[in-house]
Amino acid sequence: MSTPSATVRRQLAWWAVAVVPLSFLGLFFLWPVASVLVRGLFEDWDMAAGWAVLTSSRTLEAIWTTLYLALLGTLGSLAVGLPAAWALGRFEWRGRRTVRALLTTPFVLPTLVVAAAFSALFSSSGLLGSWGLDQTPASIVLALTFFNVSVVVRLVGNAWETMPSSLAAAARTLGASRARAYWNVTLPALAPTIASAAAVVFLFCSTSFALVLVLGGSRVRTVETEIYLQVNQFLDLRAASVLALVQVAIVALALWISARVGGARGFTQAVQGRRGPRRFERLAVVGALVPAVVLLVLPLSALIERSLRVGDGYGLDHYAAIFSVPARNVLPVSVAQATLNSVVTAAIATVIVAVMGLLVTALVARRSRRGSLLEGLTMLPLGVSAVVVGLGMLLTLNTSVLGVDLRASWWLVPIAQAIVALPLMVRAMLPAVRSLDPRLRAAAASLGASPWRVRWHVDAVLLRPAVAASLAFSFAIAMGEFGATAFVARPDRPTLTTAIARLLSRPGAENVGLAYASSVMLAVLVAAVMLASERWRARSGGGL
Amino acid sequence: MYGPNGYETMPGGLTVTDLVVTYSGDNPVEAVRGVSLTVGHGETVALLGPSGCGKSSLLGAVVGTVEPASGTVAWNDEELTRVPIHKRRFGMVFQDGQLFPHLDVAGNIAFGPRMAGVSVEARAARVEELLRVVGLEGLGARDVSELSGGQRQRVALARSLAAKPRLLALDEPLSALDSELRTRLAKDVKAILRSQGVSALLVTHDPAEAETMAHRVLRMEDGRLV
Repeated sequence: MSTPSATVRRQLAWWAVAVVPLSFLGLFFLWPVASVLVRGLFEDWDMAAGWAVLTSSRTLEAIWTTLYLALLGTLGSLAVGLPAAWALGRFEWRGRRTVRALLTTPFVLPTLVVAAAFSALFSSSGLLGSWGLDQTPASIVLALTFFNVSVVVRLVGNAWETMPSSLAAAARTLGASRARAYWNVTLPALAPTIASAAAVVFLFCSTSFALVLVLGGSRVRTVETEIYLQVNQFLDLRAASVLALVQVAIVALALWISARVGGARGFTQAVQGRRGPRRFERLAVVGALVPAVVLLVLPLSALIERSLRVGDGYGLDHYAAIFSVPARNVLPVSVAQATLNSVVTAAIATVIVAVMGLLVTALVARRSRRGSLLEGLTMLPLGVSAVVVGLGMLLTLNTSVLGVDLRASWWLVPIAQAIVALPLMVRAMLPAVRSLDPRLRAAAASLGASPWRVRWHVDAVLLRPAVAASLAFSFAIAMGEFGATAFVARPDRPTLTTAIARLLSRPGAENVGLAYASSVMLAVLVAAVMLASERWRARSGGGL
Repeated sequence: MYGPNGYETMPGGLTVTDLVVTYSGDNPVEAVRGVSLTVGHGETVALLGPSGCGKSSLLGAVVGTVEPASGTVAWNDEELTRVPIHKRRFGMVFQDGQLFPHLDVAGNIAFGPRMAGVSVEARAARVEELLRVVGLEGLGARDVSELSGGQRQRVALARSLAAKPRLLALDEPLSALDSELRTRLAKDVKAILRSQGVSALLVTHDPAEAETMAHRVLRMEDGRLV
């Protein structure tokens, strides 16, 4: 039994440790974002100006574009992803794992790489340039679909895979034909999973800054790219703040929908042996996978092809150009230097995430009311788009704004990336920590281990793979981060992602070729780190 | 051979002849190695054996969830070996119930009549009747996730019976329950099967359960009847 004073002491100790992540999140997330929103609502107590921004045709068009692009992207992802999830989850066949791994790769690619790939495919000299999709909503919807098919395949495919086959068999013994068992049992049982996958995809689609910025050009503008344009071209911070408010509302809407449709229903029964496809089912499996595979392979091969195309032939010139400073002041440094900047900032971001993430995980592992408060606060950046986080930091933490006096503010970049990666790291860690069997600790203690030695010899050893996996994941997120980074990275110290975005926005075959070569490099770097992370995670048994 | 009411059983019912089930793969397994058996009208036959003896594979081949390598399954004189599951009119009670998670108790029980095209009113009446038969009156609107283990199996039994099967296959229907409940439910299931006059083929590894519920007990070992 613990005496009241011991309880109080434990609570004080909890708050003493919690001060560290709380002040980090408060200073670099809550304050910046809150001040942007407050500024949007009532700067100078003049709400009429804000209202004018909100009701301008330009803003309304951006809101409309955001919503319909997200909706079409979600429908596209379901249309391509559900047949693929069926083919991968329903049957067992040779090569299934390989195809599944292939189809889930886009999820780990930075959005900017996806944007570059689709621009390589659809730009006038691209593989499908003759389709005239460059700078159209259609190209953005296809890119959104490319990116989010992997979400559908992951979530729905998993549910399909773990759904006991005897559920459909039960329907068959009750007189349902194969088709009716499918419509009346299999699909309804999967419906909650499909709905929550759709909600997640809608959220991703409505916050897909890089895709729209690169592929939409000057013609297609969503709320997020409009925020960026208002800050960088029109220097209108009031408009940007009002738009940030709108974006927070859109994301809140997406989260509300996702909460309403409820979580995926888990099937926990042991999976019974799935059979291979028979006769015409093989044709159906192939047919179901073709759209997803084509959509995956085409843009990526276009990206690689364009990165190798030099004049009329092929060569490694664009890759060689990574090591020299581009002509005509497109970039102040070489892409190699920008890559180094990215690696350094991502490493710093990972250190920050490691410290804050482990503290938060330790504090909220044992469920309590104060624990869930801290957990909710840590997860909050997921509910605010990265663009709003970046804008907030730009407006509040730079003493003078917009290229005038950027003083030694490069540290804002790793901090912004850490804010974006922290919730994902904690989300990956918590299940691993909570699934530690308390009896193991009790066993160690009964064998004479002190509480600290239990932590060291049991907890730390068992959690090592999960920690390694989630930190590698954080590093990859930070490397590929663009939404927040675009606002806080200094022009004279670009990261790899801001360098690619700048190269893509400039005319000239050399610039674009260099952008494609750099995108390939970024994709390889991030994918390698992500694969290592997946491997460690598989060993630790935790999940996202 | 005597049936449930002391009358001599009618000829026919289920006839299984020389049934063989093999699982292909890197190590092909012959799970059932030439089994022949009969289940008369209204008779309950138990297949008793240790796990892995092939009794569930045999049951699967009878119902149609497993494709036999050779041998035949027939009802009266009707050959069913190649008839799809849903046209055999053989019901199945699974070990863990396999209740449809998206339907409530009544929806689960009404599933078979719905597939058979029974009208909504007749379905509702059938659901009421079967809820009474399995002793769960008034639980029709209950979500299946709110049921206890014993209630789940009662609903699974009611659901199978609602489809008016000519044979009911029960695959370890009580093995997920604790032993006290199992003994009580075994008696209930027996009474229900008798009252409905349905033929039943029960698979179990529990000799007491087999003795309680079945007219006849067949022992199975290593893919063969012994």
